[in-house]
Amino acid sequence: MESQKLTFEPDDRYNAFLTICKKAPYSNGKLSGIAVAVKDNISTKGIETTCASKILKGYIPPYDAHAVELLRKAGAAIVGKTNMDEFGMGTTTENSAFGPTLNPCDTGRVPGGSSGGSAAAVASNMVQMALGTDTGGSIRCPAAFCGIVGLKPTYGRVSRYGLIAYANSLEQIGPMGRTVNDVSALMQVIAGKDRHDSTTYDRPYTHTPVADVKELKIGIPEEYFGEGVDPKVAGVVKTAIGRLEELGATTVPCSIPSMKFALAAYYVTCTCEASSNLARFDGVRYGPAADTKKSWHEAYKEVRRAGFGTEVRRRIMLGTFALSSGYYGKYYAKAQVARENVKADFKRLFSEVDLIAGPTMPTIAFRLKEKSDPLSMYLSDILTVPANLAGIPAISVPCGKSDGMPVGLQIMGRPFEDECVIDAAFAYEQAVN
Amino acid sequence: MAEDQVIVGLEVHCQLDTKSKLFCGCSTDYRSDGPNTHVCPVCLGLPGAMPVLNKRSIEYAMKVAKALNCTVLNESEFSRKNYFYPDLDKAYQITQYDKPLAEGGYLEIESDEGGERRIQLTRIHVEEDPGRLVHMGNAERGKYSLVDYNRAGIPLIEIVSEPDMRSPKEARKFLNKLRATLEYLNVFDSDKEGSLRVDANISIKGNERVEVKNITSYKGVEKALTYEVTRQKNQIRRGQRIERETRHFIESTGITQSSRSKEQEHDYRYFPEPDLRPLHVLSWVEGIVLPELPDARRERFVLQYGCSLNHARTLTGELKLANFFEGVVAADPKGLSTLAATWIADTLIGELNFRSMNLDKVDAAGFTGLIGILKMDTITDKMCVEILRDFLDRAKKGLHYETPAEIMDRLKIRKVVLLSGTASSTSSVYANLVVGDPITDVIREQPQAVEDYYKGKKGAFNFLIGQVMKKTRGCADPGELNRLLTEALKKREA
Repeated sequence: MESQKLTFEPDDRYNAFLTICKKAPYSNGKLSGIAVAVKDNISTKGIETTCASKILKGYIPPYDAHAVELLRKAGAAIVGKTNMDEFGMGTTTENSAFGPTLNPCDTGRVPGGSSGGSAAAVASNMVQMALGTDTGGSIRCPAAFCGIVGLKPTYGRVSRYGLIAYANSLEQIGPMGRTVNDVSALMQVIAGKDRHDSTTYDRPYTHTPVADVKELKIGIPEEYFGEGVDPKVAGVVKTAIGRLEELGATTVPCSIPSMKFALAAYYVTCTCEASSNLARFDGVRYGPAADTKKSWHEAYKEVRRAGFGTEVRRRIMLGTFALSSGYYGKYYAKAQVARENVKADFKRLFSEVDLIAGPTMPTIAFRLKEKSDPLSMYLSDILTVPANLAGIPAISVPCGKSDGMPVGLQIMGRPFEDECVIDAAFAYEQAVN
Repeated sequence: MAEDQVIVGLEVHCQLDTKSKLFCGCSTDYRSDGPNTHVCPVCLGLPGAMPVLNKRSIEYAMKVAKALNCTVLNESEFSRKNYFYPDLDKAYQITQYDKPLAEGGYLEIESDEGGERRIQLTRIHVEEDPGRLVHMGNAERGKYSLVDYNRAGIPLIEIVSEPDMRSPKEARKFLNKLRATLEYLNVFDSDKEGSLRVDANISIKGNERVEVKNITSYKGVEKALTYEVTRQKNQIRRGQRIERETRHFIESTGITQSSRSKEQEHDYRYFPEPDLRPLHVLSWVEGIVLPELPDARRERFVLQYGCSLNHARTLTGELKLANFFEGVVAADPKGLSTLAATWIADTLIGELNFRSMNLDKVDAAGFTGLIGILKMDTITDKMCVEILRDFLDRAKKGLHYETPAEIMDRLKIRKVVLLSGTASSTSSVYANLVVGDPITDVIREQPQAVEDYYKGKKGAFNFLIGQVMKKTRGCADPGELNRLLTEALKKREA
């Protein structure tokens, strides 16, 4: 296979990229020569991968994540690594150790997060498509805020091998693009079983989008239009759902009672897993080296104190506390019960409806530094975390504007029915364009 | 139960002898290679790498569970044990916590009072080995330490016993029996350095228990526990309370040392490993065919070869030894088994231990030849030991191989055939070396002693025996000499 090079020298005025590969090699294949940006928590052989953290500065993985390997095999040119909230912990991409990414639609606003760099790179036309990762909404939120399409696939549909883990049981690598077709094309390349990831299923994605929602029953959960959701945003989304009805879908009101525990279950689970996942960053094997003149535990403390940002340290502390002896039952175990309730709610709903639709985010993109209070930032994840807790596919597709900023329509489906979710998004997209 | 009853429970970690590591494809055969040569993103804990379970190691562990009569759980799962230490690449060890592979079970050992004693087991679980630190200087004052991750990810099983052992000696027996069982199952190689590690819980009845960590040898267990028994009993005698603590065994000095600091008391924050699915392997149990295990083989040795219970126990106590014995007697089980059992169990083991030598170095055919020579009655036991020692020394030094017969020739070892009136019964080719007629000579040279003998003076006979032995340089068969001297003296008197 002959390797060609793609010249990639974008004007990155939004700080979307952490690393730019000016001469990106590519080969023949389905995505031959297409510029694809990869979120910086996905390992790329020979290309620095930092998770937007100082603690991984200088780390060059000796191997490709499975999804990246598949991209390369499909001929794509990996043109750079995109900015993000450090280790994926955030909803704004402001928690990057290397400065925030700006929203191309309004540079006074955040692009959303944590895959804000990938979203901004796509929205500003620097690349055609990008890989993001979604732990509690990290693909869908920036897709909604920047006005692009982003899919969180069913848990286990895309290999996580090489994804630097934040919360293993929740997160998935997923496609981001300007159109549903692009997202679907990327999904065709990255989905499928991987022997390196025991949580993957042998469910490859070979679908081509079909703009058809006839006979589909769509549930509209009241919680997605309730307290905390900006009425203007809710209005835009309701109009979009109306379009789906015009296209032949029927909608039914429904309820997800477990939603009131979803955010708590999510934050306990992800911080617990994060506290363990991030313990390996100690300066011994990679990243800025520990001071070898100090005792190992002193050196560890120093490296970790200097290397992690505030939000990361906060979540490590929370998770460490929640897993401590005497508290495990009160927090982690309880969160898993709540998680089972969320799953059960979706299971019940999906026996009655084919899809569930609502807004992706309760508001339009925040102004920079607007969410300085962590709790209010956590609350903005309320509409996206249920899909992660349940492991179901969820897409965000642009559905209009509110105050001049993009609004995302979120469509969720049954496990492994990513195709159905894509078709509905495609039908909507085709209808409005 | 006595007032000062000793109570011991063991946690035994054994490396499973698989070809590849527990969660990646790296080879486990690292011991002769340089540091950090058997590593990959998974066992180095590189960011983003994920574990994939090696099925073979679960099969091995399940063999052990079945052999030890454990109950395999319908669902077991891996958990993360979180703690910081430089040899632990991910800062957590993937192990099993509240859903181990198997629970219960037992192992029978020979009790101190004789007979079998059943030691109950708590559980068996599977986990990964951490890497290894190499301290430059020593751990306390060394300038720095190096980390070798070759060992990281080697599959281990941890076998936890109930506190059912009553002495350090029983603990040693438990370990030996466990080792034998694992070897018979062909899942463990006890010869590999560091393949076994033991943590022991020990208490004197009615007092707090102490955990002794860092025991890495079979002898070490008995040593460490014996030290602890003495230490704890002394402390109680002095009216001091035993503190519940963790102590480290120092192999070189044979003592245990308090781990002092609270800083080493971890809160491991266990939670299920999200990168691995729960394990459902109960259905495999049925398909596992166990080989003959030590107890069954011991019974068979008694029945088939007429071994004494003690010999059978010793011989079957190690797989290699049992195989060696059966190899030696294969040609002539009826004729050789008693001699071979005695010589292997009572002599060979001791000679090997004395030389710190492995049984693998002993040529079974050569040993069979030696037993054959002994069987033909052409050498004495003492000569046999002499030949055996030379045989072993040569093997240990890696000298050119010589058969026992060749060694006999070289050392000019011959049983002296005593020609004293009656001809010797010996007809072997080795029996043709005759050194005069020492019996007749001695009777002639020692008239006083002969007189004393006839007078019934005790000691005279033994004196005469001694004189003959001296003339034959100790090469006469004592039994035969005894008979021939008595005959000669009787003949002379008549």
